[in-house]
Amino acid sequence: MDVRYTPEQAELRRTARQLARELGPRTVADLDDDKRARRLAEAVRDAGWLELRDEGEGGPLASGVEAAIIAEALGEAVADASFAGPVLAADLVRRAGARLQGGAVVAFSPDLLDVATVSGPATASPLYAVDAADAASACVLIPEGGGYRLAIVPVEGARGGADLTRAVREIPAGVRPAAVPGPSRLLRSADLDAWRALGLALTCADLVGSMRGVIELTVAYARERKQYGVPIGSFQAVQHLLAEAQTLMEGASSVALHPSWAADDLAPEPARHAGRVAKAYCARAARTVCETAVQVHGGMGNTWDCIVHVYLRRALLSSRWFGDDGEQLRQLERTRLGVTHGLS
Amino acid sequence: MDFRDSPAEAEFRERLRAWIAENDPGLPLSSTDDEYWARQAEWHTALYDAGFFGLSWPSRYGGHDLPSVFDVILDDELARAGAPPRPSLGYLVQGITTHGSDAIKNRFLPGLISGRDRWCQGFSEPDAGSDLASLRTTATRDGDEYAIDGHKIWTSYSDVADWCFLLARTDPTVPKHRGLSAFAVPMRQRGIEQRPLRMINGITTEFGQVIFDGARVAAENMIGEPGEGWRIAMTIVSHEREPGEIGYVARYAKMVAELEDEVRRDPGAFQPEQREQVAWAYVQAEMLRLHVCRRLSERLDGVDHGPGGSVDKLLMTWVEQSVGSAALAVSGSRAATDADDLALKIYLYSRAQSVMGGTSQIQKNIVATRILGLPTA
Repeated sequence: MDVRYTPEQAELRRTARQLARELGPRTVADLDDDKRARRLAEAVRDAGWLELRDEGEGGPLASGVEAAIIAEALGEAVADASFAGPVLAADLVRRAGARLQGGAVVAFSPDLLDVATVSGPATASPLYAVDAADAASACVLIPEGGGYRLAIVPVEGARGGADLTRAVREIPAGVRPAAVPGPSRLLRSADLDAWRALGLALTCADLVGSMRGVIELTVAYARERKQYGVPIGSFQAVQHLLAEAQTLMEGASSVALHPSWAADDLAPEPARHAGRVAKAYCARAARTVCETAVQVHGGMGNTWDCIVHVYLRRALLSSRWFGDDGEQLRQLERTRLGVTHGLS
Repeated sequence: MDFRDSPAEAEFRERLRAWIAENDPGLPLSSTDDEYWARQAEWHTALYDAGFFGLSWPSRYGGHDLPSVFDVILDDELARAGAPPRPSLGYLVQGITTHGSDAIKNRFLPGLISGRDRWCQGFSEPDAGSDLASLRTTATRDGDEYAIDGHKIWTSYSDVADWCFLLARTDPTVPKHRGLSAFAVPMRQRGIEQRPLRMINGITTEFGQVIFDGARVAAENMIGEPGEGWRIAMTIVSHEREPGEIGYVARYAKMVAELEDEVRRDPGAFQPEQREQVAWAYVQAEMLRLHVCRRLSERLDGVDHGPGGSVDKLLMTWVEQSVGSAALAVSGSRAATDADDLALKIYLYSRAQSVMGGTSQIQKNIVATRILGLPTA
């Protein structure tokens, strides 16, 4: 066992963090700078990061660990470029042995827990395409012969959602899924579990990144902001909040490594289990850490122009996406404690 | 990055698993029963004799020169079998290894690691808890010896110890952090009185206070240089705060497994809040296991004696207290109606984790100032 990053992974992490820091938004006003956002999106695309989970030789081009490294770097900089959305779609398409032109994401059920399944000729409820700023279509599943057939629905709705850096776009009810062009194979539940494990790993990594980023800027603020003639960061009450935040981030960072590795190296069910454990921890930790950041920023932290809410909002989406801590704990009660009552 | 065993690790795991199956002494949960401490020395010796203790320490002192990740396997397998955790003394080994002369290392490490010699740690005093450097126990030079006078408290294992790793003031004329030195003091002598302390959960054999009244220690038993005591103490406490060093992952995993078993026998008998606390305790224990995997992997680059131990200590404390709360929740009214309830004992003992080895408040001070670089008031 050696869970250190390889030298190549460490180098990827350096590159990704540097790029995200250079081109990501530093202020809330930067979010409106379309030129900057376009340069960031182009840089992510040119680096080949959106293709990490495309078909390589007998598997994806890069492992879940590499994908998580980039997700964390983008979360740390609240980078407003699509990543997990298209990468998760590519992973699903690869598992289905299909080919799709770029720009697809995945359509989620309204609870954002899972890829949407469409049983009738048309969608029965609104669906949500997540991290779908540039997407033209989204993947859905159609039950067929004990498995699922991949299909697509158009994504036309305006961007919305709590997260100001990753678009959630509604797909209205009544849309008819279209077959994926070319050959594809049925997705089995094991394929979907492995895919969900990757989804949990990437949302955890994003949460870890957001925690790291918001702690850094909050510590900087606490060193600079003065009250009673001294930096507020010299008060123990403030120091202890930040120390707790840092500690939660370190714990989250350790637990999140496991599903990123497990997504490719463990069987689907244990990989998903690793994702559930990590997500339960990371979602709770991120909520506390981001709330701490708002608190330490005081009155400023409660204004639109202070960037901390951009982190909090991003964490809210990453927490819900593939299930928050409450959902993961319920699933763990089912798998580990044999609880069936009151669970779907 | 690879969480799997290498071939050598897999072979070790298999051997260890077979040995534990034959040799698990079936002790009660640690720190819930006096029987645990009465038989823990036997367990230490058995583990050592079988070649499963001191894995990452130098072989010339009785260790096995293995990478520290082997301790992850040891903790995994102990927890899996429900066997007792490994003895918690890695921090003393780190202290002696880092600061002791060759003579000190040769003399003391083999007995410490094998369990032949039992050790306690004489740091805290009634008036020197968090403010450890203000301690007042004195070591006064007298020929080839020092005379020790003072009062140590909250001393784990003082009742069975052969040796005390003592921190005492050797120079009262310099600022408080600079006048301290460390000694290996033989416990079995006139001039030392050991008084047990009954813990919050009723156990009587883990904790004590030690009164030094003209006790003697040879000058050659000084560990490190005169005045180096504070630095040595900081090396020791930084490791005492690391779950990877003290093997607590196995302790928590065992406790969580027992709570899960209880719920699994009749899940419908428990309220959703009770079950959620058990699931959360499991998540916390898994987090710590994976955190230790990361920390011990980082040790492949070398041992760090820095402030990171304070992060680990806070994580470990949150885990232990989540497990304690889950135990209390699962126990329900039993914890209120039965003074001997095991869950009550686990819960009560868990409150000590945010104090022992440095309070959570001290850990947060260290994280804030030394890791985050926040200014001191």
